[in-house]
Amino acid sequence: MNFPTPHLHGVCLSALLIFLLAAAAQAGEVQVAVAANFTAPAQQIAAEFERQTGHQARLSFGATGKFYAQISNGAPFEVFLSADDTTPARLEKEGQAVAGSRFTYAIGALALWSAKTELVDAQGEVLKSGSFKHLAIANPKTVPYGAAAIETLTQLKLLDATQPKFVQGENIAQTFQFVSTGNAELGFVALSQITKDGKLTDGSAWIVPGKLHEPIRQDAVTLVKGKDNPAAAAFMDYLKTPRAHAIITSFGYTLR
Amino acid sequence: MQDIAVTCQIDWPGFALDVDLRLPGRGVTALFGPSGSGKTTLLRCIAGLERPSRGRLLFKGQIWQDERTWLPTHRRPLGYVFQEASLFPHLSVLGNLHYGLKRSPGARPEGLERAIELLGIGHLLARQPDTLSGGERQRVAIARALAVGPQVLLMDEPLAALDLKRKQEILPYLERLHDELDIPLLYVSHAPDEVARLADHIVVLDAGRAVASGPLTETLARLDLPIRLGEDAGVVLEATIGAIDDEWHLARVDFAGGNLWTRDRGLPVGHRARIRVLARDVSLAVADPGPSSIQNRLDGIVDSLGDDEHPGLLLVRVQVGTSQLIARLTRRSAAQLGIATGRPVRVQVKSVALME
Amino acid sequence: MESWLTNADLQAIWLTVRLATTTTLILFLLGTPLAWWLAKSRAWWKQPIGAIVALPLVLPPTVIGFYLLVALGPHGAIGQLTQSLGLGTLPFTFWGLVVASVIYSLPFMVQPLQNAFEAIGERPLEVAATLRASPLDTFFSVAVPLALPGFVTAGILSFAHTVGEFGVVLMIGGNIPGVSRVASVQIYDYVEAMEYANAHRLAAVMLVFSFLVLLAMYLWRPGKRKGI
Repeated sequence: MNFPTPHLHGVCLSALLIFLLAAAAQAGEVQVAVAANFTAPAQQIAAEFERQTGHQARLSFGATGKFYAQISNGAPFEVFLSADDTTPARLEKEGQAVAGSRFTYAIGALALWSAKTELVDAQGEVLKSGSFKHLAIANPKTVPYGAAAIETLTQLKLLDATQPKFVQGENIAQTFQFVSTGNAELGFVALSQITKDGKLTDGSAWIVPGKLHEPIRQDAVTLVKGKDNPAAAAFMDYLKTPRAHAIITSFGYTLR
Repeated sequence: MQDIAVTCQIDWPGFALDVDLRLPGRGVTALFGPSGSGKTTLLRCIAGLERPSRGRLLFKGQIWQDERTWLPTHRRPLGYVFQEASLFPHLSVLGNLHYGLKRSPGARPEGLERAIELLGIGHLLARQPDTLSGGERQRVAIARALAVGPQVLLMDEPLAALDLKRKQEILPYLERLHDELDIPLLYVSHAPDEVARLADHIVVLDAGRAVASGPLTETLARLDLPIRLGEDAGVVLEATIGAIDDEWHLARVDFAGGNLWTRDRGLPVGHRARIRVLARDVSLAVADPGPSSIQNRLDGIVDSLGDDEHPGLLLVRVQVGTSQLIARLTRRSAAQLGIATGRPVRVQVKSVALME
Repeated sequence: MESWLTNADLQAIWLTVRLATTTTLILFLLGTPLAWWLAKSRAWWKQPIGAIVALPLVLPPTVIGFYLLVALGPHGAIGQLTQSLGLGTLPFTFWGLVVASVIYSLPFMVQPLQNAFEAIGERPLEVAATLRASPLDTFFSVAVPLALPGFVTAGILSFAHTVGEFGVVLMIGGNIPGVSRVASVQIYDYVEAMEYANAHRLAAVMLVFSFLVLLAMYLWRPGKRKGI
């Protein structure tokens, strides 16, 4: 009496499947929603995180407001790296995030930037000169960097003079795009967008002093869906390591 | 220079047309041939709807096309009737009739009035094309073409899309055109009865070439032509109603060379009409055959012999007075009767069609 | 209405209507000859041109928006041209949005017109020629009336598609009130700012409008005609 061969194949396949599933469960996986301005550092951090812990971090990038709407409607994110501190607080209050898990993972810096090499001076005097047609800012209603830009201009008493020249990006990435294509001569962007390894990548910029606006706190929070996932906890912990801090600051963010 | 000189060469994949013709500047000229023979294409070349690779068109002394000249269709003083009426659906009957009239500086409103009267469409003017019957639509299309005051009327099988009843409805109008118009009419057809009834002149096309061109009666009576009429082979004669026999309801038609009796169709004595005598309805005898149901008998002399399509058959042309008739015989009976050129024969005509 | 929608909403709606109307009118002028050429030409490059016209149907708005931002910008070919003509650059202006919308809605104008012109066939045009109408005369007196249903469809689709346009406007508009903040962008802003009640109101207006436009198109049946 012989076993029919297809049966034997079936047994082998099942064994393989069980093995793979077990390995995956051991390594763990975490779904992370990342604010668009933090895209580049998040990718580096995720790579290091995977190398050191064996867990996988699956990153989605987007606007904070959109993530909020998605999370409220059942999106499968487990960790949220927001572009602000109000949205994570709101999620926590509404019971959509794990209470007490919230912390500031980075503080964004605002920069006045131009793709032209000599337009922006080290003091931002160019704003007073008015020698530009368009000033790009992120939508202040929805993007913290946009709100910070308005605050800065108010402090400098330049809001009324510059407002007619505003063009608004829906997010900080689009604001960067308006400036980088030259359609807007100037724009308030995130320092992280124009910094690589601590240096300005292109054009000319004025790093807006932190005293001109409220700090742009970017908070991270564990969402209810990631409550019991060890990989989620591991990712949150990893964000606080010196290695992660080094990556974050190299992109122009500060931590305190 | 009152005639129409056409040279037209077209070389399309799977179709070639190569004709060089002189067409009379008056009367009805039929462009006759089987489908695919190039008759419609020739008509479209004359209208400027096709542009031949090499062509020359001289219309009554006006150059419509030569090496340097190309008169576009809308600048040629012609009227064109398509196979389907092709009335503009967004215009009323009157709107259709006015369309060309408005755009023809030379045309006068009286021309349109005459066309409306000639085609009997006065009661249709306010209607929309989609409420007309097929025959009515085609009559409107003909009137529309006449309204521009054309110097030549081109008709591309205007009856082909109609059923028999509609054809019978339109044919009398076409005959009125033939009788009353003083412009030449080029008429494409593959129907021998239409040609026999309407044409004065015939051009026979086959495989893109003109195989015959001449006056209708003469050309139909030619035996040397490959006119593949088959059952329709025969002659057309101009005749006059000579007498009416009220007792037997018969009419006598007189033609040059004799007379024949046919059914009385109510035409008055003296009326001019065409008669058509098909070759299959004509038999020959060498002596008087004695009493017979065939009462139309004429004396004639064998003029010539020609091949029929079938090897067992023969076409024989007989001179009767100044007219000619064609008879179709089997080769065997011709041999047994000793039919040969110059031989006197008795001609028996079984049936005559009065084209009216 | 005023109490229900904010002034900013009304401004956005009015801007949207102005943009869609301007775009549709320009598209009629540009799309009609283009559609006619596509319907009648036998040139070998007719198919490539047809494919280019259809591109906005398949390209994501972000691709079109990005290319437009670059091309219309100060370093782009079109931007250099408009600057040399003394017009400045087009992004962040109403006319920049019009240019973008014309490109983005082009297939919605050209394709229904092309289909309508093709459906006419050669015969009515030949008939017109035998009735002394020049080609231009034929176009206006025969082709346009016979293609009228196509014109209505093309106009409605172009208008509605421009009203519904979002991605391209977002990318080259700069979200300037009264200039480039159209209704769809306004809704997006509301959603982003988590002002869902405002978003709902304006979104409902858009929904009802779009439904009515499509309903009108489905109900509108030109009288069926035969005989040509």
